[in-house]
Amino acid sequence: MSNYESVLNVKNPKSRMSKRNIWKEHVLAYAFLAPSIILFVMFLFYPMLKSVYLSMTITDPRGQVAEFVWFENFVTLFKSHQLYANLSVTLLFILYTVPTSLIWSLFLAAITHNKLRGMKIFQFIFSLPIVISVGTGSIIWFLLFHPTAGMLNYFLSLVHVGPIPWLTDPAWALFSISVMTVWMNMGFLYIVLSSGLQGIPEELYESAKIDGSGPVRTFVRIVLPLLSPTIFFALIVSVIGAFQAFGQIHILTKGGPINSTNVIVYSIYQDAFVNFRFGIGSAQALILFFIILALTLLQFKVLEKRVQYQ
Amino acid sequence: MIAKRTTSLLLYVLLAALALMVLYPLIFTVFSSFMTEKEVSNFPPPLFPTRLYLDNFREAIAGFPIVRFILNSFIVSAAVMVSQVVTSSLAAYAFSFLNFKGKNALFAIFLSTMMIPWEVTIIPNYLLIKSWGWMDSYQGLIVPFMAGAFGVFLLRQFFLQLPRELFDAGKIDGCGHLRTYFSIVLPLSRPALATLSVYVFLTHWNHYLWPLLITNRASMRTVQIGVAMLQHAEVMSWNLILAGVTLVLLPSFILLAFGVKQLVRGIAAGAVKG
Repeated sequence: MSNYESVLNVKNPKSRMSKRNIWKEHVLAYAFLAPSIILFVMFLFYPMLKSVYLSMTITDPRGQVAEFVWFENFVTLFKSHQLYANLSVTLLFILYTVPTSLIWSLFLAAITHNKLRGMKIFQFIFSLPIVISVGTGSIIWFLLFHPTAGMLNYFLSLVHVGPIPWLTDPAWALFSISVMTVWMNMGFLYIVLSSGLQGIPEELYESAKIDGSGPVRTFVRIVLPLLSPTIFFALIVSVIGAFQAFGQIHILTKGGPINSTNVIVYSIYQDAFVNFRFGIGSAQALILFFIILALTLLQFKVLEKRVQYQ
Repeated sequence: MIAKRTTSLLLYVLLAALALMVLYPLIFTVFSSFMTEKEVSNFPPPLFPTRLYLDNFREAIAGFPIVRFILNSFIVSAAVMVSQVVTSSLAAYAFSFLNFKGKNALFAIFLSTMMIPWEVTIIPNYLLIKSWGWMDSYQGLIVPFMAGAFGVFLLRQFFLQLPRELFDAGKIDGCGHLRTYFSIVLPLSRPALATLSVYVFLTHWNHYLWPLLITNRASMRTVQIGVAMLQHAEVMSWNLILAGVTLVLLPSFILLAFGVKQLVRGIAAGAVKG
């Protein structure tokens, strides 16, 4: 806990400070913290508790509580087929996007981690998708995916592959959304993994080279283990991000066709803001919250262990 | 030597191919926005525009309130950015340089806010903003995001690394905490403040769900929602839609070109600290 102690006062033992000064410092500290605390209470902690309350109610379309039903919403959810269907679509989406975008970004980070001329340009290009927002990215891909006039099907026709119904076939829709998502997320992951690579001391590569280790072997045996905390961070952030994917689904498929892209967040949105069933929406949000909480805690646990070993 | 040259040549070829793949959706967007309606309605459409045809931008601006969308997003993101820098730097100062009761507990509470995802708070927040009559207003878009724990951690980390001698010198000169904050800590922390600013601005520029819920009137929509609406404007041809998208992307690209260093630093800080 010593690192939480004030830097200013390390040299001044408390006994020397007058009571008035201590009092003044307290007032100042709370005044400095007040704006953040007030905002957190209003827009994070209070809503969080209200979500718990709402999840046990049935509301009218204006959000007024009509009836307190205890855990009925959760029972309905766990009994219904829909929750499991939404969760399995979400898991499939994670499976499609997370490993692909991690491996792809790691690959790009590895081959641009050198001192060849012009590498800055490639690094900029591979970071570039970070500024693509979900709105603009989805519109661009909406046109690329177009079944008759889209460029993707045109390129496929050049290699004599028939047109693919990217967004209109339940068998393809989630895959198409995933392709677009990997493209959108790669900028962030590329930046994270590149900075991780830069943190590995140069001498390690040198000594591996002297020992006669080739670049691939060096990468797998030496770089990957050292990079594992960064990769783990990237993994957890990607999984949480995939759990929360919404915009691209809202714009490209609206959860369809036949619920094939109806991930859990989209279903919360539909229940709460299209059908105005705030109670059941909150119950789903809480289920999602506990899943994400478990993942975050796992991340802290593993990272803590890492830090202690170093 | 020759072997080494061929490997680096091969690497360049590979990188160029990969870069083209990554860039293609953007190249498609920008090139199409310079094409005439006749050009894009061909199939297959030409890969390059034949000339710089600027009328699309004129028509997109005239036919859709794109400038208004960009302005709205700019106002909202800038306001959120400024207020987060203020609230975070104040809180970070208290956590780094002041002694008070409950410091560790409060710090843990700040930490815990990062574990609350927006899905859990969005329904009550929506009902709250609605009950205040803040739908379709700037305050509805801005106020819920004026504080953030990420900024507090980022700045605290930076503040603790500032050289202590400066504060001792300040103290001898009779410099109070308020003056230390304004005239020593803030000016010295410009790199960290810049990192936080770029990060916050970009995050809010890209917000999608909250503005979707809070805005109904076209005049209050932000860029992301506005651009998604282009999809349903059946009358608009692709070149116009993509001209709109290009206009919307422009501020982000400018920001990236200027702020890539800050952004990378911010992400790296998040990555290292978890």
